[in-house]
Amino acid sequence: MKKYFVVSFDNEYDLVNATQEFKNSGFTLLDAFTPYAVHGLDKAMGLKPSRLSKICFMFAFIGLTIGLYGQYWISAVNWPINIGGKPWNSLPGFMPIAFETTVLFAGLGTVFTLLWRTGVLPGRKPKIYAPDVTDDRFVIVLTKDLRSFNSEKAEEISTIHHAVEWQEKLESE
Amino acid sequence: MANHVESLRKPLVHGNKNLKTVTDDVVGIMDKKPTGLWWIGFIIAASALTLGIVAVSYQIMTGIGTWGLNKTVGWAFDITNFVFWVGIGHAGTLISAILFLFRQKWRTSINRSAEAMTIFAVICAGLFPIIHMGRPWMAYWMLPYPNTRGPLWVNFRSPLAWDVFAISTYLIISAVFWYIGMIPDLATVRDRAKTKVKKWIFGFLSFGWSGSFKTWHRYETVYGLLAGLAAPLVVSVHTIVSFDFATSAIPGWHTTTFPPYFVAGAVFSGFAMVLTLLIIARKAMRLEEYITVKHIENMTKVIIVTGGIVTLSYATEFFMAWYSGNGYEQFVFLNRAMGPFAWAYWIMVGCNLLTPQFFWFKKIRTNMIMVFILSIFINIGMWFERFVIIVTSLHRDFLPSAWAMYKPSYVEIATLIGSFGLFFTLFMLFIRYLPIISIGEVKSVLQFKGRHGGEK
Repeated sequence: MKKYFVVSFDNEYDLVNATQEFKNSGFTLLDAFTPYAVHGLDKAMGLKPSRLSKICFMFAFIGLTIGLYGQYWISAVNWPINIGGKPWNSLPGFMPIAFETTVLFAGLGTVFTLLWRTGVLPGRKPKIYAPDVTDDRFVIVLTKDLRSFNSEKAEEISTIHHAVEWQEKLESE
Repeated sequence: MANHVESLRKPLVHGNKNLKTVTDDVVGIMDKKPTGLWWIGFIIAASALTLGIVAVSYQIMTGIGTWGLNKTVGWAFDITNFVFWVGIGHAGTLISAILFLFRQKWRTSINRSAEAMTIFAVICAGLFPIIHMGRPWMAYWMLPYPNTRGPLWVNFRSPLAWDVFAISTYLIISAVFWYIGMIPDLATVRDRAKTKVKKWIFGFLSFGWSGSFKTWHRYETVYGLLAGLAAPLVVSVHTIVSFDFATSAIPGWHTTTFPPYFVAGAVFSGFAMVLTLLIIARKAMRLEEYITVKHIENMTKVIIVTGGIVTLSYATEFFMAWYSGNGYEQFVFLNRAMGPFAWAYWIMVGCNLLTPQFFWFKKIRTNMIMVFILSIFINIGMWFERFVIIVTSLHRDFLPSAWAMYKPSYVEIATLIGSFGLFFTLFMLFIRYLPIISIGEVKSVLQFKGRHGGEK
């Protein structure tokens, strides 16, 4: 059974400062829970920039390839039709649709990757460590499995940074 | 100047909100009984929608011979409505994506409703070409799919085929952008829900969102990427719509200024529609502290700019007609201003050129009733712009023997009213049943006046 140390704050500044200090003091951060995307918390938690922008580029490239090659194959290979004497491969005329497929693939691909990677999917139940994180609470969750977990130090840091409350939690599931 | 700097530092929402009150206010709307104004709006909208359903059913059963079209004027009301509604949608994406990329924090109170408006407007727009087909059950023929007719594929060199891709991509990406932006707020609603049914519905809709920062971190990246994708997309959509005209060889349509002219016009009309809707919504839903006079003022300023671009486009068209030395072009433009449809042309000029000029005055910008009335004038003017472009160019053909007039039938007018009904019904349902204001994003800008302003 996993043990957690859960600290709640009522504003983002205390949260960021406390996170920084927990990190510096060698605690293992499981995650933080916030009502909105707090700026600067990613640096405090030591999160690397997301690789999703590369995924987006990859999907955009796939979309562009499918858009361009698809139109070429249909118009020039599979069933060429003479329309106003235009060339089978009317590349400039294919650009608008190629652009749209690029955007479509990039957008949908990135979003589905996000949902799959973060596990935010229809039918999922949220893991809630402390109440009101979607309302007005900012919560840090530390893993307490290690022997080296220093409870006194953790409580001290929480007090210094005006934590509203802190508690130990066992994983219920 | 000092006054100006001070006004920049004003908080983005009024009434000394903290995180809790933002949640209470926005989610509270969904628990409270709707105001009388909401019911009035909803009943009018639903009646208009009913009329539209009757009209569309009738014309689909009878055929589009019920319209006032003839051999010369083959496009009129229907395509006017299509271009009008696509244009309306553009303001939503501009607010949600382009203002996001420019880090305009005031957008946070209005982006959700503006995006919803985009989706509803694109739905209205998409209906018109489908009705225009006459046999809407064959609509899927527009998509390239392997079939037993050859396979006979769609013609990718046709701007009408570009439209299919542009509009459907726009609808899909806007809907995804809107929904992804709403997931954290749906989780807020879920966590406050009291009844079992509501808990279940919002539990499902919020996809198990827990507020995890690791998720937020990736989410923010994706939100930025989607904004970056939506910004060129929105420009491409109305550009492609303008290609429907510009790639033809009809005088008055065959011009290279059409793409920027259409995009500016779309933003112009879209912002007018956002104003119309938000002035109703802030009153009906008591959101005056979130959608403040400042928001309304900012939007009227966008209207001044885009209205200016539209005015310049009108002037450019006339100049180019004269400068080109092309007799057909010159005739079309003189006919626009002085021919049988001159009344429509002068309504367009009156509404689109003069109305925005009132917004130079702060007294008018901050008077909600005035802004509401003026925004409706712009809506009317921009509808007539498309009508003028389409009908005046067609009704005087190259051969005077083919000249004809156009008069809309009651079926076409009922369909237009019906599309407004659909749009407003969807919007009224949206402001009643979903978080109309982006709770998470408003919370993130509350701190705007926080530590730096000396107040926690």
